[in-house]
Amino acid sequence: MIRIDSVTKRYPDGTVAVDRLSLEIPDRSITVLVGPSGCGKTTTLRMINRMIEPSEGTILIDGVDSRQQPVNTLRRSMGYVIQNAGLFQHRTIVDNIATVPRLLGWSKDKARARARELMERVGLDASLARRYPYQLSGGQQQRVGVARALAADPPVLLMDEPFSAVDPVVRKGLQDELLRIQDELGKTIVFVTHDIDEAVKLGTMVAVLRTGGRLAQFAPPAELLSDPADAFVEDFLGADRGIRRLSFFSSAGLDLLTAPIVAIDASAEQIARAGTDVPYLLVTDVEGKPLGWSEPRDLTAGTIEPAELLPCGRPFVAGRDSLRAALDCAVLSPTGWAVAVDAEGRAAGVVSQQTIGEAIRGAHAEGSRSSETTKVSG
Amino acid sequence: MNLLHFISAFFSDGSHWQGYDGIPTRVGEHVQYTLEALAIAAAIALPVGLVTGHYGRGGNALALIATAGRALPTFGLLVLMTLLLGFGLVNVMTPLVVLAVPPILVTTYEGMRSVDPSPVDAARGMGMSEAGILFQVELPAALPLILSGLRSGAIQIVSTATIAAYVSLGGLGRYIVDGLYQRNYEKVVGGATLVALMALATLALFWAVSRVAVSPGVRRSN
Repeated sequence: MIRIDSVTKRYPDGTVAVDRLSLEIPDRSITVLVGPSGCGKTTTLRMINRMIEPSEGTILIDGVDSRQQPVNTLRRSMGYVIQNAGLFQHRTIVDNIATVPRLLGWSKDKARARARELMERVGLDASLARRYPYQLSGGQQQRVGVARALAADPPVLLMDEPFSAVDPVVRKGLQDELLRIQDELGKTIVFVTHDIDEAVKLGTMVAVLRTGGRLAQFAPPAELLSDPADAFVEDFLGADRGIRRLSFFSSAGLDLLTAPIVAIDASAEQIARAGTDVPYLLVTDVEGKPLGWSEPRDLTAGTIEPAELLPCGRPFVAGRDSLRAALDCAVLSPTGWAVAVDAEGRAAGVVSQQTIGEAIRGAHAEGSRSSETTKVSG
Repeated sequence: MNLLHFISAFFSDGSHWQGYDGIPTRVGEHVQYTLEALAIAAAIALPVGLVTGHYGRGGNALALIATAGRALPTFGLLVLMTLLLGFGLVNVMTPLVVLAVPPILVTTYEGMRSVDPSPVDAARGMGMSEAGILFQVELPAALPLILSGLRSGAIQIVSTATIAAYVSLGGLGRYIVDGLYQRNYEKVVGGATLVALMALATLALFWAVSRVAVSPGVRRSN
């Protein structure tokens, strides 16, 4: 465990970057340091591997003062990922990744074999091994950066705004990849970002720092969203924290209606039976995959044309996706009803905005009783 | 009386290709002066440039030294050294070294300073030693600029090493100095042509060295 014990960083000109910060960083989970520029989050991270020496206080690694061991030994035991990846332009991808194993005295062959193994782990094609960094996209370079940090299998990974310089689509891919890798490897990760959405998505614990390097709140993301410690944290979380908090509630409890679903080859009798007390019917193909919405009176058995249906938009996966995803589907649907599908993409039911709203109120009541909520995807 | 006529007359004269005043001997001497002066200049300028560039300190002092070095008149220095020390190779080497140090020193420093700071930060964060960072991260990235500094130094030495002839030493300057004295313009033009060819050969040599020594990753990303 990494313990930051009332650490202060004061520069010779009197600026205080970090002010008596204490944090206990739990093992085998992602701890995110987040805050506006000048809040000392990067300084804090760089004090852990002694790229910056604290002015006061101590940092304990597994109970031992980090100053007890030679600085380069300490750094080699912690993976380090920075914003623009910081790859060595003159080395091939495989040799970039092999850097720390080589520093630790591994043979060239062993280090390269390990590097190729990591390329696969971070989702890089083996054909890139002999390329140079300039031949890779920003997202690929950052994957190399992550692979390089993991190469010597360090227990700790320090990541300094690693995904800030790539576009949002690539960033989402990298975040998902990091969560997947973390599921497999279980590293102790300290992650710095200025993006609260990234913090909420990745963090097991989130430390919000305020300008001047003081800790504003240290909590799991769900608690952060439900109970911000003060006006600063609330403001930093942004106006839509209520909506964002829905990410932490599963859609599993939603009452799905299956009656208003008809297949494209439905008989007149089936259509009549389905469309008695609902404004719209969901039409599916013969396999049960949703095609679109229609008013019951516009449907005539045998002549249903998929092109004439109202689009049903992107459905949510019942049980797996969050209430936020379900609400999003309902809001975007032309009928105001969200479509739920099962894991194979077959329609599992439909649900109205009103029903989702009731579920949200129920979940909030539940959530305020116990802040123990686990994150669900979507 | 034209230039090409001089050149062809000089090079087609069989007697110019042998003996202690033959082209091979004079070229050999010239190459020897050049290599010696370049080696001494590099031995002084490269370490200083690499270390100051790595730590980012002393840039202003370097600029002053470089300006002073460039302002020293080569020929004046040669005469002064000869008056002080008498005839000898040291008198020739000193001005040549003084001439080559500034370009090597300044480009090495600039080359090291212009290395992208993020790989250096990453290397330090991974636990690489300062010497490791200097030689394995900064030097390979700065190599194209460092080689260009060495190249300028080498070209300047090649063109200026002709002054050795003024103080009774050999090299290609012999043809120019003797030719002028003897009013043998064929010899003057021939010597000058050889100096020009050697400068071109130096360029070609540095091009070849940079093809081999500079990583394709650095060459293409610049």
